[in-house]
Amino acid sequence: MTPILSRWLPGACVWLHAEHRQKALYLLILLLPLPAAIYCIGLGRYAIPTEDVVRALLDFALGRHDASAGPDIVYNLVTRVRLPRIAAAMFIGANLAVTGATFQGIFRNPLVDSNILGVTSGAGFGAALMLLLVGDPLEVQLAAFFVGLVAVLLAYSVSRLYHSAPLLVLTLVGILVGSFFSSLTSLLKYVADPLDTLPAITYWLMGGLTDVTLGDIPALAAISLLGMVVLWGVRWRLNVLSMGDNEALALGLNPTRLKLLIIVCSTLMTAMAVSVGGVIGWVGLVIPHAARTLVGPDHQRLIPATMALGAVFLLLIDTMSRTLLPAEVPLGVFTGVVGVPLLLVILRVNRTGWR
Amino acid sequence: MTLLEARSVSYSYIAQQAVLSDVSLAVPDQSVIYLLGHNGCGKTTLLEILSGIRPPQAGSVRLNGHDLYHISSARRAQRVGLVPQMHLPVFAYTVRDVVMMGRTPHLRLFGTPGARDRAIVDAAIEQVGLAALRDRPYTGLSGGERQLTLIARGLAQQTEVLLLDEPTAHLDPRNQHRVLETVSQLAGQNVSFVISSHNPNSALLYAHHVVVMKAGRIVADGRPAEVLTEPVLSTAYEMPVEVIYNEKNAARAIMPRRTNGA
Repeated sequence: MTPILSRWLPGACVWLHAEHRQKALYLLILLLPLPAAIYCIGLGRYAIPTEDVVRALLDFALGRHDASAGPDIVYNLVTRVRLPRIAAAMFIGANLAVTGATFQGIFRNPLVDSNILGVTSGAGFGAALMLLLVGDPLEVQLAAFFVGLVAVLLAYSVSRLYHSAPLLVLTLVGILVGSFFSSLTSLLKYVADPLDTLPAITYWLMGGLTDVTLGDIPALAAISLLGMVVLWGVRWRLNVLSMGDNEALALGLNPTRLKLLIIVCSTLMTAMAVSVGGVIGWVGLVIPHAARTLVGPDHQRLIPATMALGAVFLLLIDTMSRTLLPAEVPLGVFTGVVGVPLLLVILRVNRTGWR
Repeated sequence: MTLLEARSVSYSYIAQQAVLSDVSLAVPDQSVIYLLGHNGCGKTTLLEILSGIRPPQAGSVRLNGHDLYHISSARRAQRVGLVPQMHLPVFAYTVRDVVMMGRTPHLRLFGTPGARDRAIVDAAIEQVGLAALRDRPYTGLSGGERQLTLIARGLAQQTEVLLLDEPTAHLDPRNQHRVLETVSQLAGQNVSFVISSHNPNSALLYAHHVVVMKAGRIVADGRPAEVLTEPVLSTAYEMPVEVIYNEKNAARAIMPRRTNGA
């Protein structure tokens, strides 16, 4: 099998052997987030040249900015306004994409995404409840995070009551729990004040990074990086898990324990992503398919490639949402508008990666 | 010396409907044991129990005298391997990826296959004659090629006991010969095989020991010449079977006897 991008490489790379071309592409995908981030930081209503962006980022990273020299618009805009937002977009994109790929692997189903166990619906309900009752952004975030975890815990615990076809039952119960929390969210919207709270809930559920500050980044980064390290660590085992529980057992794995570890990590990552960025659909479905088309189905490459592509995808979507129109468009709108045609193209061009 | 042993093993998927009843089986080192019997007689369940993935509801399984189900799953899979009946995974892994999965029990917790694993895998692929298909998607192969891939995965696992569930069911005669000759060769190199099969003729050619099952019980157990007889096989398969002997009175072929017409 030759994943599609090895055939799309520019003519300059024709001299490379197919295997080396594939490796070069993989490396390119892994490196893509850095230049993409630097480029996107410069975009916006106040455009900043790339060299100024790089200088501001280096000053920030090395702690050599001289605050006593007076206000530096470029430095402040880069580090305090755009960097937090771009970092959040990239962490959230990477989280949603890699958890989607992971769930597709362990559920042996290319149609599932990060919300298969109801975490996003649970988080949405938690956020809506706090917006209705309190309205404080920190409490909204915390409620979204914890209710997201509760939704998955509920799905997992209920599924354990049934002894036949555990994977199928877990999928079904996850869908049911997600629908249950979506219904509760609809109930909250129904009783919410239509002039004040209802728009707030609706906008939150459409996703967005407008209110992200530098203070949101440490927790998001910590949970994202921790989860990514674990999922990267089990990348080989995901291949074996995707062959089914009996095969995994026969090959010396403990599928129940391993899947629990993966579900816990993925849930924490998704709940964190949703609590900061709201409900952002499609990333967890589209990006794993795009990555599989580019690097093949082997999770050893798929997991890192999905993280990188998810980060770049949401970064570009967020940049579009804040630059294309005079008013900012919610993220969840653009991920669907861009993601659905992209998925259709992937399916049309190449189905490599799943049978 | 007995490597793997099932002692009075019983199992049922539905209460009161035993798939295995009081089955005992010993696997000595360097042996090829054939399990014969009609569909649904419990061969696959017995192999799963012997492999350590399905704990028996009664009885025990011992590996070198230790309870198989008290050994860590990775250590168990380093010593006992199971090649399942053919299946189709969701994702289009290459043949090499699938065979590489056989190295999983030898990897550390967060480990990935290294150069030595790749060499072992390439040798296993070569051994079953799939070198030309190494980078092809497993899901795009024919049934026989997929079966050979799974057998190569079992070989790459490098266990002392390899349990093969109907390994030649989808293979043409040439590939059947290739696989069973490989089995025979490895049996001389400290690997024991338990093979479930619907082909008594290959048991005649390759088995050191034959076990015939019927409705979850062992009805005959012994050397091929003792077990592969018309009364035993006719009873086990519930149909008339003819054993053809050569001039030295050794069984050469086993054929069904027609009951309608000629």
